[in-house]
Amino acid sequence: MTDTTPTQPNRPTLMDLDSPGARGTTLPELDVPASDLPDDGLLRGDLDIPEIGELGLVRYFTGLSKLNFGIDTGFYPLGSCTMKYNPKWHEEVARLPGFANIHPLQSPESAQGALAIMYGLQDLLAEITGARAVSLAPLAGAHGEMAGLLMIRAYHEEHGEGETRKKVLIPDTAHGTNAASAKMCGYEVVTAPSDPHGNLDVEALKELAGPETAGLMLTLPSTLGLFNPRILDICNAIHDAGALVYGDGANLNAILGRVRFGDLGFDVVHSNLHKTFSTPHGGGGPGAGPVCAADSLADYLPAPVVYRDDSGSGPQYRLGRPAKSIGKISAFHCNFGVVLRAYAYIRLLGARGMRDISENAVLNANYLSTRLQEDYLLPHKRTCMHEAVFSASRQKALGVRALDISKRLMDYGFHPPTMYFPQVVPEALMIEPTECESKRTIDAFVDAMKAIARESETDPDLVNTAPHTTPVSRLDEAQAARHPDLHW
Amino acid sequence: MSSPYISNTDADRQAMLEATGVASAADLFFEIPESHRDPDLDLPAPLSEFELIRELRELSLQNASLDDYACFLGAGSYNHYIPSVVRHVTGRSEFYTSYTPYQAEISQGTLQTTYDFQSMVCHLTGMDVANAGMYDGSTALAEAALMACRLTRRSNVVVLDTVSPIYRDVIAHYMRPQGIGMSVLSPDSLAVTDADACVIAQYPDFYGRINSLSSCADAAHEAKALLVVSADPVALAMFKSPGDYGADIVVGEGQTIGSPTTFGGPYVGLFAAKTRHLRQMPGRIVGKTTDDQGREGYVLTLQTREQHIRRQTATSNICTSEALVALASTAYLTAVGPQGLAHVARLCYHKAHYAASQIAELPGYSLPLEGPFFREFVVQCPRPPSEINAALLDSQIIGGLNISDSIPNGMLLCTTETNTRDQIDRLVDALKDLA
Repeated sequence: MTDTTPTQPNRPTLMDLDSPGARGTTLPELDVPASDLPDDGLLRGDLDIPEIGELGLVRYFTGLSKLNFGIDTGFYPLGSCTMKYNPKWHEEVARLPGFANIHPLQSPESAQGALAIMYGLQDLLAEITGARAVSLAPLAGAHGEMAGLLMIRAYHEEHGEGETRKKVLIPDTAHGTNAASAKMCGYEVVTAPSDPHGNLDVEALKELAGPETAGLMLTLPSTLGLFNPRILDICNAIHDAGALVYGDGANLNAILGRVRFGDLGFDVVHSNLHKTFSTPHGGGGPGAGPVCAADSLADYLPAPVVYRDDSGSGPQYRLGRPAKSIGKISAFHCNFGVVLRAYAYIRLLGARGMRDISENAVLNANYLSTRLQEDYLLPHKRTCMHEAVFSASRQKALGVRALDISKRLMDYGFHPPTMYFPQVVPEALMIEPTECESKRTIDAFVDAMKAIARESETDPDLVNTAPHTTPVSRLDEAQAARHPDLHW
Repeated sequence: MSSPYISNTDADRQAMLEATGVASAADLFFEIPESHRDPDLDLPAPLSEFELIRELRELSLQNASLDDYACFLGAGSYNHYIPSVVRHVTGRSEFYTSYTPYQAEISQGTLQTTYDFQSMVCHLTGMDVANAGMYDGSTALAEAALMACRLTRRSNVVVLDTVSPIYRDVIAHYMRPQGIGMSVLSPDSLAVTDADACVIAQYPDFYGRINSLSSCADAAHEAKALLVVSADPVALAMFKSPGDYGADIVVGEGQTIGSPTTFGGPYVGLFAAKTRHLRQMPGRIVGKTTDDQGREGYVLTLQTREQHIRRQTATSNICTSEALVALASTAYLTAVGPQGLAHVARLCYHKAHYAASQIAELPGYSLPLEGPFFREFVVQCPRPPSEINAALLDSQIIGGLNISDSIPNGMLLCTTETNTRDQIDRLVDALKDLA
């Protein structure tokens, strides 16, 4: 059979569509007298960006959007990223002029509604994580990690141990950001090993913790999707060594309403609003990473924190700075647009809704895990939390890697799981279904994974050359790095 | 009422429990210490979408929106008009419900628009390479300072006192934990030594002034230090780019090109540098390449700089690139085009000069600073700016930033193309009455 698809030229870039003289919008004319321009030597010549009419613009970006896979397109089980559904009405609310068009430096009296929402989310997060106080300042998860570590650092300095406590303990399963954040905060990273069950090894941790330890950064549940049953021993061991416990709340979704970081002894935890509280991931941001602190660290939170004053006729909200604050870590208050959506989400669901999230997220992951174990190796055969980490080592023996399985999943209409992480699992496939997905969707995904497992035995080449149905096939990453072509 | 965002039915859950061999979902949480399991969360009772939209709309009306108020406040966040088409682009859910484009074959939309974004940032700043975006302008500047320290293996940075005090504060908090010193110097007494990694300038400066960067570049380069510039992208349509002056790293706040002020975020930091500094850049970078059939496509590249591979030896801990905000910038720049952006810049310039000249005529008011300025200027007021701003607010006017701590009774005023002549005249009249 002959291929009747016409040969497609390469997709044009924006610059290829440049039509000198075209206009994509209209702008007002000058309505004041013109002033003299400054010296020519200060002025610029041409600006080399394209000119395109509005229709051309719309077709270009619409065309590109169709080459993207999003949650609205299909199942997106990207482990550790909690790709849950983003409620549509949040987008409407975020565009209200009283939220979108307010200036960060306008007076607090003229922004009481916005401050009330920030205060409200601080309160909700404090209750959900068991914290004493919350700052919404960090603009992303890794920014929250940095804030939390700076708080720990300030605490030790305050207690005269800033010069001696220079090491941060980080499990071998941790996100790369943990180690990178520790480095940015001037700390030396000490890797804490996992035990054969996938838990942080408590005895090894006790050996590592000492007078030079500033803190432990612990993801709970871990990136293996496991809850460490000895979590209380871990927090105690760190505190006994005079150090503090930092919680990476990336996986908070699994334990919403089931247990609180503060109750377990964590001193500070960040929450990724774009994961747990459903704000859109936006193709790689914006997110937000509020930090929630226990009594030990509440005074060190980054500025600003919103305070409420009830002494007048009604509540008054103001921006303030905790007593020993680490200060400002970005220009303004917070990613307010993200904060607003997270607030809306929690208010719609309430306490019962929080527990429904964790119940369905964990049940979905365990069901998926149970159904896949026949075909794929599950290194840690335990009840998992929100995600299951498989290894493609059986398929690897047939010449098919985790990468190949991931690419083949695209042909079945699914976004692949997270691959090759955590690094302690060879050929890792980290699958997080989230609470939003139905049994029907999970069954379809499992069927595809099973089909790929069979293909790996009968026709490995089909898998190894996948994807076959996408706008482009595998791209040459080595060429991209060797000969960087980074702009038109 | 059950959550509309959970798709499983009771029957689904029952079937899954049976398949999993677990009696009840509660049993899945058995590893949580019993003493701490199942706390009672004291959260407000859930409300419906309808009730919440009504409540949130009411809260939104408690804020003075720039749609209803004449705004003369800038200082790092600017009220520019955003063509409707920009929101329609960012409102495509294939863009906003996707994540970091780890799987290139099904992420060409995000990847190609990021490549377009990087291209535009390069052209605006006059630099060779740009990344996919940073959290905001201030953190981009702090990361640029850290990058300069890595490149020069030096551990002090010189920041001009004409850089935004807000940004200086953020830089200080990024420098201190790594043991990096920070000297704040006036451009008039700029002395750079071989201990300094870079000179950090703002363009236009915090007070709105636009000056040649030549002397900064010379002072930095003579000491083999780098010139780092925080530049406003709208101004760059009208004034020479930092690249023209020999800047080594250029950052900026991308909010001004396509995103609303939104009470401070989300914004996007622009980040560009010379090619020779590429491998020390923080953040995501997209590159063009080809697939195994020779078709062009785009991928995340140079990832060996990044935290997920390098962990503590990465160039930064950053993962997010504020991709959706960067997309808004790309769509905005496409909509206005080079002529439109230059037009916006000229409107800002002429309106600021008109406003400044009118205010300078008022008894009691003066312009304490000299030299060319762009869309912001300092006015010395006859009364504390806090009092003036409070009175202006009653007249539906959001006044300028109170900068009394650096200039007595100083107010930093801003105009953009969104300020009509009528608004400016109303401001001038109100200030006259408040003298």
